[in-house]
Amino acid sequence: MHLGTEGFVDHAKHALQDAPLQEALHLLTTHFAPRRVEAMAALGNAEELRTQARAIKEHTIAHLDRYLEQFVAQLTRLGVQVHWADDAAEARAIITSIAEGVNAKVVVKGKSMTTEEIELNGHLEAEGYTVVETDLGEYIIQLAGEAPSHIIAPAIHKTRKQIAELLHDKLQTPYTEVIPEMTQIARRSLRQQFLRADVGITGVNFAIAETGSVVIVTNEGNGRLSSTMPKVHVAVMGMEKVIPRLADLSVMLKVLTNSATGQKISSYVTMMTGPRRSHDLDGPEALHVVILDNGRTSILRSANREALYCLRCGACLNVCPIYQNIGGHAYGWVYPGPIGAVLTPLLVGLEGASDLPRASTLCGACREACPVKINIPHMLLQLRQELVETKGGSHWSEKRLFSLWAWMMQRPRWYGWATKLAALAHVPLAREGWVGKLPPPFHGWTQSRDFKAPAAMSFRQRWQQTLQHESETVGEPRQ
Amino acid sequence: MAEPAQCARPTRVALFVTCLSDVFYPEAGEATVRVLRRLGVQVDFPPAQTCCGQPAFNAGFRAQARAVARHQLEVLAPYDCVVVPSGSCTAMFRVFYPELFAGDPEHEAQASALAERTYEFSEFLVRVLGVEDVGAVYEGKVAYHASCHLLRELGVDEPPHRLLQGVRGTQVMPMDLATQCCGFGGTFAVKYPDISDAMLKKKIESLKRAGADTLVSCDAGCLMHMAGRLHRQGDTIRVMHLAELLSQQGTVPAGVPPGGLPKENTNGASGN
Repeated sequence: MHLGTEGFVDHAKHALQDAPLQEALHLLTTHFAPRRVEAMAALGNAEELRTQARAIKEHTIAHLDRYLEQFVAQLTRLGVQVHWADDAAEARAIITSIAEGVNAKVVVKGKSMTTEEIELNGHLEAEGYTVVETDLGEYIIQLAGEAPSHIIAPAIHKTRKQIAELLHDKLQTPYTEVIPEMTQIARRSLRQQFLRADVGITGVNFAIAETGSVVIVTNEGNGRLSSTMPKVHVAVMGMEKVIPRLADLSVMLKVLTNSATGQKISSYVTMMTGPRRSHDLDGPEALHVVILDNGRTSILRSANREALYCLRCGACLNVCPIYQNIGGHAYGWVYPGPIGAVLTPLLVGLEGASDLPRASTLCGACREACPVKINIPHMLLQLRQELVETKGGSHWSEKRLFSLWAWMMQRPRWYGWATKLAALAHVPLAREGWVGKLPPPFHGWTQSRDFKAPAAMSFRQRWQQTLQHESETVGEPRQ
Repeated sequence: MAEPAQCARPTRVALFVTCLSDVFYPEAGEATVRVLRRLGVQVDFPPAQTCCGQPAFNAGFRAQARAVARHQLEVLAPYDCVVVPSGSCTAMFRVFYPELFAGDPEHEAQASALAERTYEFSEFLVRVLGVEDVGAVYEGKVAYHASCHLLRELGVDEPPHRLLQGVRGTQVMPMDLATQCCGFGGTFAVKYPDISDAMLKKKIESLKRAGADTLVSCDAGCLMHMAGRLHRQGDTIRVMHLAELLSQQGTVPAGVPPGGLPKENTNGASGN
């Protein structure tokens, strides 16, 4: 599996200098983030809903085995073919053999991060299938040969102009920057594909254990076309997508759509309970559900179980001041932003992904936006600890430095001397209390900021010399 | 959000000044002492205190963080109430110490006891002492930067705003990105300077849009970060800790009663 996570620092640097990307990312702060805030406020009971949604996820994940069994039993009763995939390779093999079994040539896809995770498209194409993404954003990046940069807005890194050029170039249609016209161009092209498709592949937003229903939440109707027009529908889900009851769906849907797009409800919510029945007017002849582990059971057993509560709404990306600046591709794998910084190391390992948990100020904006209150900053801290405990996870010099620092911080006298020494050391560097250039390894600070030199007299010196002797009480307690 | 429980209207507190304030912003520590004393609170400074341990904790070096934390637990043990002029270090005591010592029979109880009697400065004034007007006078247009740990780990939102509203002569200038991270993040600013710079740039732009001449926050880390950029740009916006602003006494304009305000809106307003 190709991972670009090692290049995080370079990717981020590049992204920061990419003018069209910066222009495109502007939409996060002007559009996505405020819409969520307004929508959640309009709910009136957003806090209560988030608490409920979290409780549902906590409960389900704590009893995941039981609910998965119930879900699978219902699927089987409904005539759905269930497949368990331990990892990405197994999932790909299962899906390929389904396509083979019906002699498929064209596969249409609804938007699915899980199929991105298992790198399905490239694999199916290598096997000779024509694979067409039908979500507009996914279609755009497929035409561009790129990966999604956002969980729900995969082409957010592209400006309107870039998309106009892409459509003109790839589909040989007249150039236009008018959005409805661009949408029509894509729509006409996609309609042909729906009519030709033998297999439709979608993700799953929720899987209801009680009824055996798979639920997808979309805005363009392409998910519904992908799941009903071809004779075979394959729904691919991470094993954490299950919820216990149909009644739970109302809570989950509210927090999902309001958090994701600021919508009270998405344009389409499609619940599929079994394949087409004899009296149904439409629907696939066969429905396959692929339940993917791919590292999820190990997350379940870890201290970072909360990562499995994620609904993939993308709200944490929209509010993250780091994502807002560098976009999704810098993160180097399928899941970007704050939740990606947690999920990527958990799903593919910390090795090579050490920058992801570290490149965060732990500001907590993600947790504040999360519909299920995932404590992302605390999980990042947990991962940093794991990095330190992993061989090669941190530089030996850093460990030395922190051990020395810890030794000193337990010895107030040494600490006092060190602060005096620090003040003296800055004297030749500083001008009027500011240092314009720090030596390595601290030079990053002075790249665009001056560094405040330590005060000539520390607080503790001032306390000892004057402050402690000043009159204790100047005024009466005020109310 | 962790809520403190103990120390009802204490008359004597221990100051945990924080290492950043000790070394880089001693004036913030001094101002904290002066404001507390003016409110009738006696201040002790346990001299053996050093750092809360957060740099190591945030870098993942929990053993080192624990060693340093044990030292502070010991140093602060004799005091009923601890006041910290930093949201970040208060969060370390209140949120992360209990986590750091979970399952450690020797220190677990001590850590949660410290968590319960530690207060961030603005929180202590407003929520514990019940004071919103400390009698400060400061002529200026002031923007407030809500530091991340104070706002989102401790849930302290209103207290700094209320205190600012209580300062005579101060016009509070709303900043559109007031609650957005400035990009400091401890070693983050050094390890990921490009991203940190980009975040800081947006913050400073927001500050400029606000039209303030003074920038106030409750954390020395954010202050030195933002001040560093302003200084590099040759900007004259003053940067100070909230305690420094509250310690300003200036000359009270004639006709203003003690504790009164020239503005109509005296208190109860939550920020901007």
